[in-house]
Amino acid sequence: MHADTVAEDEEKWLAEGIAGVQQNAYYMHRALDSNNLKDALKFSAQMLSELRTSRLSPHKYYELYMRAFDELRKLEMFFREETTRGNCSVVDLYELVQHAGNVLPRLYLLCTVGSVYIKSKEAPAKDVLKDLVEMSRGIQHPLRGLFLRSYLSQISRDKLPDIGSEYEGDADSVNDAIEFVLQNFIEMNKLWVRMQHQGPQRDKEKREKERSELRDLVGKNLHVLSQIEGVDLEMYKETVLPRILEQVVNCKDELAQFYLMDCIIQVFPDEYHLQTLETLLSAFPQLQPGVDIKTVLSQLMDRLSNYATSSPEVLPEFLQVEAFAKFSSAIGKVIEAQPDMPAVSAITLYVSLLTFTLRVHPDRLDYVDQVLGACVKKLSGKEKLQDSRATKQIVALLSAPLEKYSNIVTALELSNYPKVMDHLDNSTTKVMAVVIIQSIMKNTTCVSTSDKVEALFELIKGLIKDMDGTQDDDVDEEDFKEEQNSVARLIHMLYNEDQEEMLKIICTVQKHILRGGPKRLPFTVPSLVFLALKLVRRLQGQDGDVVGEDVPTTPKKIFQILNQTIEALYLVPCPELSLRLYLQCAEAANDCDLEPVAYEFFTQAFILYEEEIADSKAQVTAIHLIIGTLQRMNIFGVENRDTLTHKATGYSAKLLKKPDQCRAVYACSHLFWVEDQDGVKDGERVLLCLKRALRIANAAQQMANAARGSSGSISLFIEILNKYLYFFEKGNPQITSSAIQGLIELITTEMQGENATSDPSAEAFFASTMRYIQFQKQKGGSMGEKYETIKAS
Amino acid sequence: MNYLMGAFKPPCNITITFSDGKTRKQVSVKKENGKTAMVPVFQSLETISGEVSIDPVQGKKVEHTGVKIELLGQIELYFDRGNFYDFTSLVRELDVPGDIYEKKTYPFEFSSVEMPYESYNGTNVRLRYILRVTISRNYVSNITEHRDFCVRNYSPVPTMNNSIKMEVGIEDCLHIEFEYSKSKYHLKDVIIGKIYFLLVRIKIKNMELEIRRRESTGSGPNTYVETETLAKFELMDGAPVRGESIPIRLFLSPYELTPTYRNINNKFSVKYYLNLVLVDEEDRRYFKQQEISMYRLLDTPASS
Repeated sequence: MHADTVAEDEEKWLAEGIAGVQQNAYYMHRALDSNNLKDALKFSAQMLSELRTSRLSPHKYYELYMRAFDELRKLEMFFREETTRGNCSVVDLYELVQHAGNVLPRLYLLCTVGSVYIKSKEAPAKDVLKDLVEMSRGIQHPLRGLFLRSYLSQISRDKLPDIGSEYEGDADSVNDAIEFVLQNFIEMNKLWVRMQHQGPQRDKEKREKERSELRDLVGKNLHVLSQIEGVDLEMYKETVLPRILEQVVNCKDELAQFYLMDCIIQVFPDEYHLQTLETLLSAFPQLQPGVDIKTVLSQLMDRLSNYATSSPEVLPEFLQVEAFAKFSSAIGKVIEAQPDMPAVSAITLYVSLLTFTLRVHPDRLDYVDQVLGACVKKLSGKEKLQDSRATKQIVALLSAPLEKYSNIVTALELSNYPKVMDHLDNSTTKVMAVVIIQSIMKNTTCVSTSDKVEALFELIKGLIKDMDGTQDDDVDEEDFKEEQNSVARLIHMLYNEDQEEMLKIICTVQKHILRGGPKRLPFTVPSLVFLALKLVRRLQGQDGDVVGEDVPTTPKKIFQILNQTIEALYLVPCPELSLRLYLQCAEAANDCDLEPVAYEFFTQAFILYEEEIADSKAQVTAIHLIIGTLQRMNIFGVENRDTLTHKATGYSAKLLKKPDQCRAVYACSHLFWVEDQDGVKDGERVLLCLKRALRIANAAQQMANAARGSSGSISLFIEILNKYLYFFEKGNPQITSSAIQGLIELITTEMQGENATSDPSAEAFFASTMRYIQFQKQKGGSMGEKYETIKAS
Repeated sequence: MNYLMGAFKPPCNITITFSDGKTRKQVSVKKENGKTAMVPVFQSLETISGEVSIDPVQGKKVEHTGVKIELLGQIELYFDRGNFYDFTSLVRELDVPGDIYEKKTYPFEFSSVEMPYESYNGTNVRLRYILRVTISRNYVSNITEHRDFCVRNYSPVPTMNNSIKMEVGIEDCLHIEFEYSKSKYHLKDVIIGKIYFLLVRIKIKNMELEIRRRESTGSGPNTYVETETLAKFELMDGAPVRGESIPIRLFLSPYELTPTYRNINNKFSVKYYLNLVLVDEEDRRYFKQQEISMYRLLDTPASS
């Protein structure tokens, strides 16, 4: 309610003020029309007296001021006519308006005549301006003073004795122009700063808001200064900037300091900033503790880095003035001077500095490291950051070099990089790690030395292992998978041409990922294993020339590592995966002619199968894998091979479900018939397997009959038939056409049997098998002859 | 009615003219009846000359026992109204006793008249100069006619004219230092100065400079003092802070000032003061009064 009535009252007062201005302006115009100077002065003074009000807020006061301003423009025109017509000399007019008893109207009129006076050139512009700016001291009321001086600034803008201006006086007159603007600026700023102390304490907040609305009145002066032709670098360096900064520092007001520093940076050219960097920066540590230095400084660095990138010619200047060193030390001083500065601000400053150096000195990695080092210093001795904004800034700090260099390798050389990361909380560390990995992926960066790998894993350790104090519960499963997948992908990015180094890399990776705990290993180990296997393949490729004990990188050694690694996974436990990996390794060992190693891996795989894989489905898959791998192994001696094949066939027959058994067993048949030059070709045992499979299929059929009253699918038979055909074609003497013939008949009878259930897919399968036989027959040749004996009805 | 009026009407018209009346500078003065009239201006030691013409009303003669013209310098104190004190009195006989039948003109001249005091029209006192023509008559009252003129005396630019500089204040409350560039000002002068704020602990609303005239009449226990504020000139709006200095520039020409008069013929004095007044937000006034000496500088064409 209170606020409402205040606002209403204010509206009323403003309306009254405007009415007063209008009424007096009316009489003033009448006097102007009748060339009555005395009345014109009287009514204009009365009109301006409306501006003496203390009841309006800055916003409303501005409205009133604008009304009066418009009228003053007309009055000024009248004055000009009056003086050019010779009715009254401008000097007399200048005195005449000073007869006004009230100081505010008097000074408005004086400025108005002053403008005419300068235009008349009867006195040097500098003298008139000096007088006006001095006399304006009579208004000490902040609001009224600000507007008066703003009026003065307005009317004088185009009349400064600037170089090249028609009002330019003797040689040094530009100094007077600068002096005038500076003085008006200083006085305005003082008034503006003083405004906060006007009125009761409880309204302070509102007042500060109002005050903020007036800031452009003050800032305009700086703009005017920047527009003065005569303000060259020398002048700016020697006079303008020091004077402005002196005022800014001395006013000890947060609002003003923030705004004005920003203003300086905005209005003057970047080139000047660069050349006066030391002076400009020296002001920052002297500012009030509450000033938002980070924003201003960032602004400056942004501008300068834009400037630096704008044209290559300016870059040497940056080096010459040691811009980076200056910024760096200034930021240090600011942080020192403001011990209460929140971490987020400090870090933001460093982010800006970093951005600056990345843009201006992309080649100076040491600068980047310096910035990070400074940041570490600032953060040292503190707990991990809890402030989310600060964390965000650190992420920005850490991401910047990645984006810039698009090569993580560069970042890895920054010794302070991981130290900065240490200050992040766990979840952010992870985010950052993901960012790093993504950067690598995006740019397909190859990390090529073990040192770098070490550093890299140090950086992403948030993903690699459990951090202290993490609650695993709140980790999202999806996210976790995503993260670990990215680590897995990362591992594939590690590569070095040199095998020795590559081995080192692998060792390093192994060392890190083995700390990952049971949840991570299933994701990371396969990557590592395949990375290592890749190396093995490379070694194997050049096996011929490098053999000997002195060569450190041998497949053997790698297999040892692999063994350890998979063992870790095995302990998770993660048997299926371990089993697959063992088999992969076994195959690789096979290709390297390392029989014992391959045998060992197979042993491990079988142990796993026996001890850990209990699930029947998993067993089926596993046994098929084992069989498939084993089939390709060619280094085993007869004994070893027998052991292994025996095991495999044994387990096949022990599967739970009959169809599974059947399929596993007929798959085992391949173990005895390898289509290599010197492969095993034991036709008898193949037949044994197939016969056994048939038996099992029969048993399955009977079981189905017994259990459900209908015969099961005959597809098993068709599958076995296909195996028969395969071996038949391959020339296994044990597989005879009569046996095939018998099988076909068996299937046909089964299909037409009374208990047969219709199974379209099986029928189709059989039909296509029969078509195949038909086809082979018609093809003729040796194969055709072979098939001739089979009757396919 | 007309006839009756005619009976009391003086039988002649007396006109006093100054010999350089057309060219002499004139100023307006306020007469007793409130009207203003233009009167010629003289200064001390000038010769005052002219003509007196006596024009009898048609068909009448003026019998007289002598015609004279007097130059009088008079001081009139209002508490003693009607009683003129003549401090200067010069007489010239214009005619010996006789009759005047028709218009007759007499030249007169007071050469190098000493007129030390200026004409002044104050609150409680008036100093004036008149020329009075008296036609003395027997049995009937004398016929008199007078003519005012104004005396203004010019002073040279004083050789010594120190500035007025002073530090004043209320302990722990307000401390200011002010300076007026001169202590002696001519009537069209400009007061230049500044006020320097050394300490401000009160909330000042504004500051003004007043010009005050202090007129004292009479002497001893019968002294009357009248103070009049002639000008209120706002110097500053709002509250200054420590270290501010506020300029003063006050043109004296718009105000009706006279030179300072010190003890004119032991009858009266007129003095001028500058009064610096600071007003705080509770409308309390803090002031410091300083006497300044006013003098009349001969107008040069440039400053007229």
